[in-house]
Amino acid sequence: MRAPGGAEVAADDILLSVESVSLSFGGVKAVSDVSFDIRKGEIRAIIGPNGAGKTSMLNIINGFYHPQQGRITFKGKTRSKMHPYEAADGGIARTFQNVALFKGMSALDNIMVGRTLKMNRGFLWQMLRVGPALAEEVEHRHRVEEIIDFLKIQSIRKMQVARLPYGLQKRVELGRALAMEPDLLLLDEPMAGMNMEEKEDMSRFILDVNNHYGTTIALIEHDMGVVMDLSDRVIVLDHGIKIADGTPDEVRQNQAVIDAYLGIAH
Amino acid sequence: MVSFGQFLEVLISGLLAGVLYSLVALGFVLIYKASGVFNFAQGAMVLLAGLALVRSLDAMVAFGFPPWAAVGLGLLFAAVIMAITAWLIERFVLGPLVNQDGLTLFMSTIGVTFILEGGSQMLFGSDVYPLRLFPTDAWFFGESRFPGGILVNKLDVWGGMIAAVLVAALAIFFQHTKTGRALRAVADDHAAAQSVGIPISWIWFIVWLAAGLVALVAATVWGTKLGVQFSITFLALKALPVLIIGGFTSVPGAILGGLIIGAGEKLAEAYLGPSIGGGIEYWFAYVLALAVLLIKPQGLFGERIIERI
Repeated sequence: MRAPGGAEVAADDILLSVESVSLSFGGVKAVSDVSFDIRKGEIRAIIGPNGAGKTSMLNIINGFYHPQQGRITFKGKTRSKMHPYEAADGGIARTFQNVALFKGMSALDNIMVGRTLKMNRGFLWQMLRVGPALAEEVEHRHRVEEIIDFLKIQSIRKMQVARLPYGLQKRVELGRALAMEPDLLLLDEPMAGMNMEEKEDMSRFILDVNNHYGTTIALIEHDMGVVMDLSDRVIVLDHGIKIADGTPDEVRQNQAVIDAYLGIAH
Repeated sequence: MVSFGQFLEVLISGLLAGVLYSLVALGFVLIYKASGVFNFAQGAMVLLAGLALVRSLDAMVAFGFPPWAAVGLGLLFAAVIMAITAWLIERFVLGPLVNQDGLTLFMSTIGVTFILEGGSQMLFGSDVYPLRLFPTDAWFFGESRFPGGILVNKLDVWGGMIAAVLVAALAIFFQHTKTGRALRAVADDHAAAQSVGIPISWIWFIVWLAAGLVALVAATVWGTKLGVQFSITFLALKALPVLIIGGFTSVPGAILGGLIIGAGEKLAEAYLGPSIGGGIEYWFAYVLALAVLLIKPQGLFGERIIERI
């Protein structure tokens, strides 16, 4: 089937589209019949009250959860089910709501792990540290150092991450995701638990990633100020249902959104 | 009074014996480090590897292969057996139990132990099979300085060298390869590891394969020492205090734990034995482990677990 000319150009711009996706755990509906798309190069925010299904939505996109209904099209390929490995291999990276770092390792090693899929030499060559394997290791180390510079975490690169303060842990986690050189970066509450200054730093990094590397970003965030400043378009979920979708200004004035956040008399 | 020469002799034989305990303990550390599973079946894996090696070796020698070819092919055959075992364990035991409690996984390895013990003896026989891969005769040195020289068992020296090579290889593997980093990553956080594209089932296969190969190395040394037989599985019990002292997550810890226990029990036997009665060797390691548990529960080299509240 060919779409009409105008729609085809638009389809080229779309990196990921979610079509009537539903997910439930037993009798609990986490996400019901949600559709939206993410355009190449944009920053897309997903907001909503607690339990709205935001994290579930990210887990669906990166293959942790398999929706019972609906389809997801990523880079033109449609599927109903994908494993986390395939998502990562396809260029989807993510961070987690409660920082999920490899606690026993240094910041540097954590970010190096993000390069796993980009390294091809066999482990015997890597152990011998000769020739092409060494060149590969050096090249990846170089890329990782660039990310470390970019995130301004040079001073803590050799420190075990479990000892770092929370704000820096979040930054290392972002670094690990960036090391994958993703096309789509999913950020689950990148600023939760941060103070004002840390939030500003993180906002700047997110904008820089978007500008510098052209990475498309989907983020979940509770701080409305941050969301309105950063994002190009916003999706609002409530009880697993999409109640609004549009620019920050449109969403801000949407009555359903105001009701969901402030509560209405029933 | 015991002379300095005798002291050295006891110390050296103790340290070398300790390295042999470490060889078995290493298999536990590998699996625990990479998957957080305490693998009760490590002793049974040593038995399986030893039986596969010695039986295929004997068969090939009987068939007329030259000894070097028989040894090479025998090691290869045993390695393949360990690889198949690793795959079966991942596929049918651990795979279905992903994200289960550590205790559940531990219980499942007890089941694996019985299957491996029974299966290996069913396949390869249950007699005592002598294995002669390394020289077992004694070796004397330092005659000019100490009267009678210092006696060292050549097999123990071989064991020490093999352990050194093995530890160096494992350390490099964990620190400098992407697979090694991926192993540590999986041990720390399953979901995060998956999110960067590490396939967990493949990693678990690699870990069990590595533990199987370490078991094979342990079987070559211990099989030469004791003969390949069922009682080789009890080595796992001797590895336990080594692990407690060294810490479950540390490869160097497993070696040092082995050295401490080996030297400690031989010295205790030699110096305390006459006054409090013999047989100290059999319980000394466990008492030492108990003391370590009281003072430093994570082991001398184990990772301290820091939780943010």
